[in-house]
Amino acid sequence: MTTATVPLLEFDSLRVTLPLGGTQRTVIHRVDLALAAGSAVGLVGESGSGKSLTARSVLGLLPEGARIEGDVRFDGASVPAMRQAELRTLRSRHAAMVFQDPRTHINPLRTVGDFLTEALVSVRREPRAQAEAKVVALLREVHVADAERRMRQRPSELSGGLLQRVMIASALAVEPRLLLADEPTTALDVTTQAEVMAIIDEARENRGLTLLFITHDLALAAAVCDRIAVMYAGHLVEELPARRLVGDAAHRYTRALLASRPDPTVPDARLRAVDGRPLSAFEAGPGCPFAPRCAAAQELCHRERPEPRAVADGRAACHFPHAVDPQAVDLDAVDPHAADTERTAR
Amino acid sequence: MIWRFLARRTVALLATLLVASVVIYGGLFLAPGDPATLLVGGGKPPNPQLLAEIHRQYHLDDPFYAQYWRWLTGMLHGDAGQSLSYHDQVSHLITARIGTTALLIGYATVLIVLFGVSAGVVAGLRGGRTATAVTAATTTLMAVPTFVSAVLLIWLFAVRLNWLPAYGNGTGLADQLTHLTLPAIALAVSWLAYVAQVTRSAVDGEQRAEHVQTARSRGIPERLVVRKHILRNASGPILSVAGVAVAGLIAGCSVVEQTFGLNGVGALLIQSAAKQDLAVVQALALLTVVAFAVVNTLVDLATAALDHRVPVGGAA
Amino acid sequence: MTSYQLASVVGRRARAARLRRLLRGKLVLVAAGAVVALVVLAAVFAPLIAPYDPNAVDPMAVSQGSSAAHWLGTDDTGRDIASRLLHGARPSLLAPLVVTVGAGLVGTALAVAAAWLGGWWDRAITAVLDVVFGFPGLVLAVVGAAVFGAGLKIAVLTLTIAYLPYVARVVRGSALKERNLPYVAALRMLGLGGGRIVLRHVVPNLLPLVLVQTATAFGYTLLDVAAFSFIGLGAQPPTAEWGLMVAQGAPGILAGAPQESLYAGLAIVVFVVACSLLGAGLSQRLTGGER
Ligand SMILES: Nc1ncnc2c1ncn2[C@@H]1O[C@H](COP(=O)(O)OP(=O)(O)OP(=O)(O)O)[C@@H](O)[C@H]1O
Ligand SMILES: [Mg+2]
Repeated sequence: MTTATVPLLEFDSLRVTLPLGGTQRTVIHRVDLALAAGSAVGLVGESGSGKSLTARSVLGLLPEGARIEGDVRFDGASVPAMRQAELRTLRSRHAAMVFQDPRTHINPLRTVGDFLTEALVSVRREPRAQAEAKVVALLREVHVADAERRMRQRPSELSGGLLQRVMIASALAVEPRLLLADEPTTALDVTTQAEVMAIIDEARENRGLTLLFITHDLALAAAVCDRIAVMYAGHLVEELPARRLVGDAAHRYTRALLASRPDPTVPDARLRAVDGRPLSAFEAGPGCPFAPRCAAAQELCHRERPEPRAVADGRAACHFPHAVDPQAVDLDAVDPHAADTERTAR
Repeated sequence: MIWRFLARRTVALLATLLVASVVIYGGLFLAPGDPATLLVGGGKPPNPQLLAEIHRQYHLDDPFYAQYWRWLTGMLHGDAGQSLSYHDQVSHLITARIGTTALLIGYATVLIVLFGVSAGVVAGLRGGRTATAVTAATTTLMAVPTFVSAVLLIWLFAVRLNWLPAYGNGTGLADQLTHLTLPAIALAVSWLAYVAQVTRSAVDGEQRAEHVQTARSRGIPERLVVRKHILRNASGPILSVAGVAVAGLIAGCSVVEQTFGLNGVGALLIQSAAKQDLAVVQALALLTVVAFAVVNTLVDLATAALDHRVPVGGAA
Repeated sequence: MTSYQLASVVGRRARAARLRRLLRGKLVLVAAGAVVALVVLAAVFAPLIAPYDPNAVDPMAVSQGSSAAHWLGTDDTGRDIASRLLHGARPSLLAPLVVTVGAGLVGTALAVAAAWLGGWWDRAITAVLDVVFGFPGLVLAVVGAAVFGAGLKIAVLTLTIAYLPYVARVVRGSALKERNLPYVAALRMLGLGGGRIVLRHVVPNLLPLVLVQTATAFGYTLLDVAAFSFIGLGAQPPTAEWGLMVAQGAPGILAGAPQESLYAGLAIVVFVVACSLLGAGLSQRLTGGER
């Protein structure tokens, strides 16, 4: 662990707008988040809440015409302010991304070997033989059997799980300090998911990587990461240590998410969806974006957008965070899960 | 697998050509009346002695399959018979003219590849106004038939501006190329527009592909992203449409040769059709169909080799 | 192994999308429709609106430029070009119309027969269509002209044959899909005969596709017919026909009187552009977007 006080990655009031039908549409309203070097942060939220765009902003990979306010800093350097050459260095040496669907994210016409060595050979000017030896070793590290043969194959000849390992190996090949994993297991079947997740976890452990792990799966995020960040409609609504998630989650949305998980300890636990329709970032009104679906919403919530505030070990952007709800405190101490199940059911 | 594909395509090609040759040769017998009158040529009055001579010379009293076989084997040996209107060997007529036609088609191909593909690539990579302009221009150009562009080019560059010659073949390579410039443009222009459109959309489609984002996310320089990912992956469709265009040039060159008074096999085909000189028409029609089919097959094979996503069919 | 669609198909689709974007304002579409309608009306009412007899020569007014008497000038025998263009619209439009309608009808019949009967029939029909596809349309027409003599009728016949595969190949694919839809089996179980199912249900469902396919082909057949007349194997003098007019005016270009060729060429280009824009709009309507 570095002793530096500067976090490796820091989002500072990040706001992103995209051109859509002639106007700039806000897709990320406000993201404040810091990742200490070596830490793992899980970014969760519903589809369309802006998780992928947040991750992309780290590599300066936003869609054409995107406008950024606030800042994203990697190791203290502002990414939006970087010039092309600096961006290339960042992408090819310091931060790497693993995408959701390896099938579409790997060029189908070139060989796996080409894909794996491309950055090393064409950007870092390593000799091809050396680069190949390196990625073959990496393939073995991510448990790909028959690595040499795989190098000569094309993506269509590999299964989704194998291909995702290839993607992970290609990310590790540049020896990055930061790994951005955007739903790396969503496109895979359940058993493969577990294997791939284990590989990412292992690689992180062995290399002291900093990890930003995007997922829909709160439980998975809590299992793999040190801290959890929750996004809703373009807002980062809560951030807290993973092990405190179930007990201390203060934001009403986080609580609703927790309640929507099937509980493995209760035999007949039904999966409960969060009531109401998820909101796109641009639809958010002047108040709290979750207010229209929030059971505890009051007049203030519809009128004024809550600022992120320190709550216990984390921060939450909520006018009436869970813990300060006087009715809930007692129940929470007994059975936190039952408490919010009841409330969201209302 | 690629070898089986190759074998299957070759067999299909040969079968098509065989049937085509039957159709071309059999066409002679579809005509009402004595085929010998046709072989004499349109204008002349039928002379009984000549007719009998032709019947003997062309074995017109043999059964159809025997005649066809004689004709086909003759063609395969380079003997296409005798032209009655030109008083010459058909093979001689063809060899004297094929160079011009080949040069014309080659010239037009170069124009298509040079300007059509690059206009499409630039429009695809740039997008926005450039793409809209290219699409608008090419949509219009595609509607301009070869003979109209030929006439327009003659009027503008040969008559109004007097930059280039409008008629004739020219002598020596440089002079020949000068003479072929306007014909090649006329022949190429609507295909060029078509190739540009397909290229644009292929490049545009690849550019949006997710694997291209991956390449960018890894810091690959844009120049390499364009070359090794966008253009590499778009090259299959581009090649395939360029092949369709070249096949189209083969079919279209007769109109251009006729308009510009070029002494090529295309013009020969039209002139002998007008004279109903069947021996020449049959030979040239077969030649055109062969060239057309061979180009199409070669392009399919090349596309399959370049882009393994193209289904090679069968038990793949 | 993942098998993708031929990339060119994707390309064509994207191109159509781009064209449609061009059409978004609908202004272009309306303009194209107006041009097509005007030309068709001109063809129908040519005898009423043409100022002169298209074949009336006037030795006193040879190769003239535009004037009040002759809006578009006269050709090298003093015939009024405007009148010839108006009358010329008739064969120039009618011949390709016959080709597309004929190819549409016969092509659809062949395609549905192949898809419906399947097996040996399907293979035979497909093989014949493949051979026809191997012939460039113009070459087939040239052979026809060589055998039967030059003329518009033989050109129409041979071009109809040449265009069969363009319709039949696409329609066969859809007919195959249609045949395997559950409703066909359901109708069969109701005891309906094959012929009735085909005529009452399958063919009507294929109609939009056939219309789009033939409408798209119309522009190309018009160009082919005109080209064929241009090289002297289609319409014969003194018929007024656009392609033939371009050819007959060609000598005038060198002599400094390009009006006949240019106006006839312009008529072809404007009409075909309008047709292809209209066809793109039509295909969007009839097949609901992506096609
Ligand atoms: N290229 C783009 N152009 C326009 N809008 C976009 C683009 N990419 C994303 N958006 C919009 O931005 C918002 C956030 O998208 P983002 O992909 O970050 O969501 P996400 O949280 O990753 O969702 P998912 O879980 O489905 O991956 C969405 O409303 C989406 O429609
Ligand atoms: Mg996402």
